[in-house]
Amino acid sequence: MSVLVFVECADGKVKKSALEAAFYGHQVATQLGTSAVAVAIGEVAADELKNLGQYGITKVLHDTETRLKDYVSQAYVKVVAAAVEKENATVIVLSNTNIGSGIGARLAARLQASFATNVVALPELAGNSLKVKKSVFSGKAFADEVLTAPTKIIAVKKNAIEVNTVGTHEAEVESFTASLTDADFTGAPRETIRATGDVLLTEADVVVSGGRGMRGPENWHLIEDLAKALGAATACSKPVADVGWRPHHEHVGQTGITISPNLYIAVGISGAIQHLAGVNSSKVIVVINKDPEAPFFKAADYGIVGDIFEVVPKLIEAAKALEK
Amino acid sequence: MKILVCISNVPDTTTKISFSSDNKELNTAGVQFVINPYDEYALTRALELKESLGGTVTVLNVGLADTEANIRKALAIGADDAIRVNLKPTDSFLVAQQIAEVAKNEAYDLILMGKESVDYNGAQVHGMVAELLGWPAIVPAIKLDVAGNTATLEREIEGGKEIVKVNLPIVVSCQQPMSEPRIPNMRGIMTARTKPLKVVEPVSGEAKTQTEAYALPEKKSGVKLIDPANAGELITLLRNEAKII
Repeated sequence: MSVLVFVECADGKVKKSALEAAFYGHQVATQLGTSAVAVAIGEVAADELKNLGQYGITKVLHDTETRLKDYVSQAYVKVVAAAVEKENATVIVLSNTNIGSGIGARLAARLQASFATNVVALPELAGNSLKVKKSVFSGKAFADEVLTAPTKIIAVKKNAIEVNTVGTHEAEVESFTASLTDADFTGAPRETIRATGDVLLTEADVVVSGGRGMRGPENWHLIEDLAKALGAATACSKPVADVGWRPHHEHVGQTGITISPNLYIAVGISGAIQHLAGVNSSKVIVVINKDPEAPFFKAADYGIVGDIFEVVPKLIEAAKALEK
Repeated sequence: MKILVCISNVPDTTTKISFSSDNKELNTAGVQFVINPYDEYALTRALELKESLGGTVTVLNVGLADTEANIRKALAIGADDAIRVNLKPTDSFLVAQQIAEVAKNEAYDLILMGKESVDYNGAQVHGMVAELLGWPAIVPAIKLDVAGNTATLEREIEGGKEIVKVNLPIVVSCQQPMSEPRIPNMRGIMTARTKPLKVVEPVSGEAKTQTEAYALPEKKSGVKLIDPANAGELITLLRNEAKII
């Protein structure tokens, strides 16, 4: 029984969510008395992969075939499945991203495996099964789910576990090639368009989000300036995206993007139950609203009842004054 | 164009979630069930494609008889016919097997569904169905156009989007702003009553996961309010007390 971690990389680097998956995989391997091996696909710096040793990965299988430059589900699944076979892995750990859960789903069908997404805690061993805690009902509840198949796949939700380094050793990087055909690349992307903005919403540790209380898109510079001062990503509530003040890919909530940053700052958002569902797994929630009865205050850790056009500039000033 | 749209039956998004006293079941008393919002994007886009290119839209639900109200709603919105696989959907793999079984016997060009259900948030069924059928899966898609045998899609990736061109058949999961969901009109509601809704028994399969218990998140201890006149103090608290920035 060994543990295989799929390490997601982008722009030549290991993603932060992949470090969480690596550390989670290491912890599970320790529980099972085995070691954690990773598989990485595409162009990524060797030092980045060696550095995974600090998170408990002993070896990284690295497939650099040029056709794998962009994500295509069939091809990536074949590579991960080949790594599973090589390492005789019975537990596979991935990040709960579009790519991670996409690979997990195909892999589960291919290997007849149990698959849990949105996992927020380390598993409990229960005989030949693993029991995991996962977020359900869009963050409104948790479920304890038992993975009963011999092979188990776990997609770890971002920021759900605390990552520590476990030493200074470097992971061994081993070249790895899976046998792929042209048919595996059906649906390869023709063009990739990167979102603008300095910090990715799905990867961000701090998110500053605006609602209808912002009164109009012309006031969005307040959200952007506060986000910039805090190194944060920007987001918005559904009504704001619906009226076109902000693009839909910034909409966080039950039917938009579900996020779990360390800090979520909601400006002029009253906190409808659907919005809360998408953000309530954030570690710390700050709510700024002029209405003291706004339901969001019940879910908040810190709050300011006041005029956002007076409050936010003060926050920007204070954030800029912070020693970084 | 022959399109299959898979829909799930989920609690309305305004539902306050609670569980039975043993925490094993969702407390459904007073809960209204709706078509999963993401599946509505899939359904509407399917209908738009049918209207411009011709063809049929079949709605598929894996569920017990209590889901038929929402299947009829999908028919009222414009689907041509419906299939209900008579099985309580307890596990993604079990559901995917049922969908793949239905699809295996019909020559669908497209299988569309939402990117995830808003109840169990598995985001697994589309990938599993694609793998079981050996088809490409484009997930999650925000745009889908079809010309001849080729689909052009925009797929959301972390930090941007990709444009993908791929030959049919494919599985696509949908999210905003794929389409604008429709409300059934009176004529649609009347004609839905006469549209075919076929109930089929499930194929045998084995669930790979079991939900043992549910729990609600711990309640927050209460909000700490900061005087708006000294709003900057919030930043100090976030650094020194919450240690979060």
